[in-house]
Amino acid sequence: MPDQLFGAMRQSIIDGAPDTATELAQQALANGIDPLDAVNQGFAAGITFAGEQFGCGEMFLPDLLASAEAMKAAISVLEPEMLKQGSKRENLGKVVLGTAKGDIHDIGKNLVATILSASGFQIFDLGTSVAPEQFVAKVKEVDADIVGVSALLTTTMAGQKAVIEALDRNGLRPRVKAIIGGAAVTSKWAAEIGADGYSRNAIDALELAKNLMSKVTNKGTALA
Amino acid sequence: MRPKIQLLSPELTDRILGEAFQLLMNPGVRVGSAVVELLRSAGVEINDGVARLPEPLVRKCLASVPRDFYLYNRQGGKAVHYGGDDVHFDPGSCCVQMLDPDTMEARSSETRDLVRLVQVTEMLPQFAAQSTAVVCTDAPSAIGDLYRLLVVLEHSDKPVVTGSFSAAGLEGMIDLLAADCGGRDKLREQPRAVFDVCPSPPLNWSEFGSHNLLDLARAGVPAELVSMPLAGGTAPVTLAGSVTQHAAESLAGITLHQLAGPGSPIVWGGAPAIFDMRSGGAPMGAIETVMLNMACCEVGKHLGLPTHGYLVATDSKFVDAQAGAESARSAMLGALTGINMISGAGMIESLACHSVEKLVMDAESIASAQRLVRGIEVRGETLATGMFAQTGLSGNFLKLKETRALFRQEQHLPSSVIDRSARGSEPPIDAFTRARTRVDELVSNWQKPSLTEDVRRKFRAIVDRAADRAGVAAELPGK
Repeated sequence: MPDQLFGAMRQSIIDGAPDTATELAQQALANGIDPLDAVNQGFAAGITFAGEQFGCGEMFLPDLLASAEAMKAAISVLEPEMLKQGSKRENLGKVVLGTAKGDIHDIGKNLVATILSASGFQIFDLGTSVAPEQFVAKVKEVDADIVGVSALLTTTMAGQKAVIEALDRNGLRPRVKAIIGGAAVTSKWAAEIGADGYSRNAIDALELAKNLMSKVTNKGTALA
Repeated sequence: MRPKIQLLSPELTDRILGEAFQLLMNPGVRVGSAVVELLRSAGVEINDGVARLPEPLVRKCLASVPRDFYLYNRQGGKAVHYGGDDVHFDPGSCCVQMLDPDTMEARSSETRDLVRLVQVTEMLPQFAAQSTAVVCTDAPSAIGDLYRLLVVLEHSDKPVVTGSFSAAGLEGMIDLLAADCGGRDKLREQPRAVFDVCPSPPLNWSEFGSHNLLDLARAGVPAELVSMPLAGGTAPVTLAGSVTQHAAESLAGITLHQLAGPGSPIVWGGAPAIFDMRSGGAPMGAIETVMLNMACCEVGKHLGLPTHGYLVATDSKFVDAQAGAESARSAMLGALTGINMISGAGMIESLACHSVEKLVMDAESIASAQRLVRGIEVRGETLATGMFAQTGLSGNFLKLKETRALFRQEQHLPSSVIDRSARGSEPPIDAFTRARTRVDELVSNWQKPSLTEDVRRKFRAIVDRAADRAGVAAELPGK
């Protein structure tokens, strides 16, 4: 029975169906299933599969986003119960995100936030056109592990460099890892400004973030 | 609104047909002896093999041509609609060379090449039909046409655009198709294949061509006229003049065909081209060649007939930028003209050579062309206000359920042949390499068609019999 339920949970995330995911989460609680098992054996398997499908071109951004939304819906049902039981979904890491100063384009940054959050990272989203000192302040405040700076425009890419310099000035690196992304950004630029990593899409960003957390570098471009 | 493009004014179309009818009387049309009796009994005057076809007779024959018909797949489903502005694509056919992706040199095409082309075509929805794409030089040439069709039928469920090399070849090919679908009557009812039949420019329906038209008309198997004037070489140098010659050759073909089998399906097709004044070749990528195909098709449409053209090919020797540019633009223009069947994809070197890598690249151009002719559609009650009512000024369209529900209809989602990704850490891969990978993927995902053992045995018996008759049984591959 739980196996069947876990399968349905996984499928609700792949289908990007928040209502179904919510119902299944409620059903799990009603049946006395450990909410942590529901996440790890059910819903999370769906988001992993969706990520893989996106990576090989079978799923597309709207699908991926719908999967992430369904994940969020399930987690919001399960989280209060987990807190009550004193169990907690493993926090993969704390990530501060924002777009570079002067850049208001946030589709990419929002996608990264959604995917990372759905996968178990704790996200602190500073929004758009964020000054370097705001990044620094937030990193200190929440004791972040990773800072992600997004820039769409070639003219605002310099803002990514400014954030990394500010982190260095404040002695926050190498403890805090700085990653960058955006349409015009390349791994070459990432190396040039001394970033710890770059990825070209939200799913690769998830891999990159996981790798940086475990200091293992394979997917994405975690730079030494 | 479906986007459409037109090159000929109604006045010019009338002039083209007017002069075409004049050409059918003077100088007349050279015809094969096979049709002399048939023409004489219809009151046609024939001197020294040249027939003068009076306009009333030609008009009468035109009137009996079906306005549209379907080709069927092996399962009996309607797969190609010849008629109206419906557009379909099939790979180019009948060349004798294959581009070797390892050496980048052309070599003689063999059975394994045809199998690969058929497998890839089978897997790509852009192609509504197969073609007998290459001649298999490892099979005896005496039964080359029959053998090609055998290979296609053994590896595909789709309809086939084909053609025969001889009268005996045609008989065997019709036998194969009949064995596949359950008899000649069934084949007439639900044709699986259309046969290209070519006049020789100018205005010559040779012995073989005439015979072919007659046999097809009597068997009720669709024929596709492939008139190929070369503007400036074997036809008037002006595009309008060549379109006129094409019309005259096609009208003559229809007359022979409909006299033999009134009501038998026939397509107003062609492979017209300009004559290249440097090389003396037929440049398939030239814009004027494309214009000729478009205009010839317009004349056919004016007559209310199903149409065909030869596009999506290139003169380049490689699958390179020239190949991409020439093939993509002609795919677009052919689709905008509403040509029912557009042959030619995969071909390079002015139709002398095939490339399966180009075929998968052309499939992307074709998909874009197919998207283009679908035009801009209205979905839902409002165009934008309904979606803005949900997003306000947040710009969060990616999250809307409409986005997820409609993006697949609004956008053609290209295969990995088309690179739209952001630059990653790995070096980017060029289009030809991506195409090679895609070919391998398609071939490995291909599945054997639903062909019964009984039909396979019948196929082999027909081919063996033909090979025996031609005295080449020992040369058949696998013998």
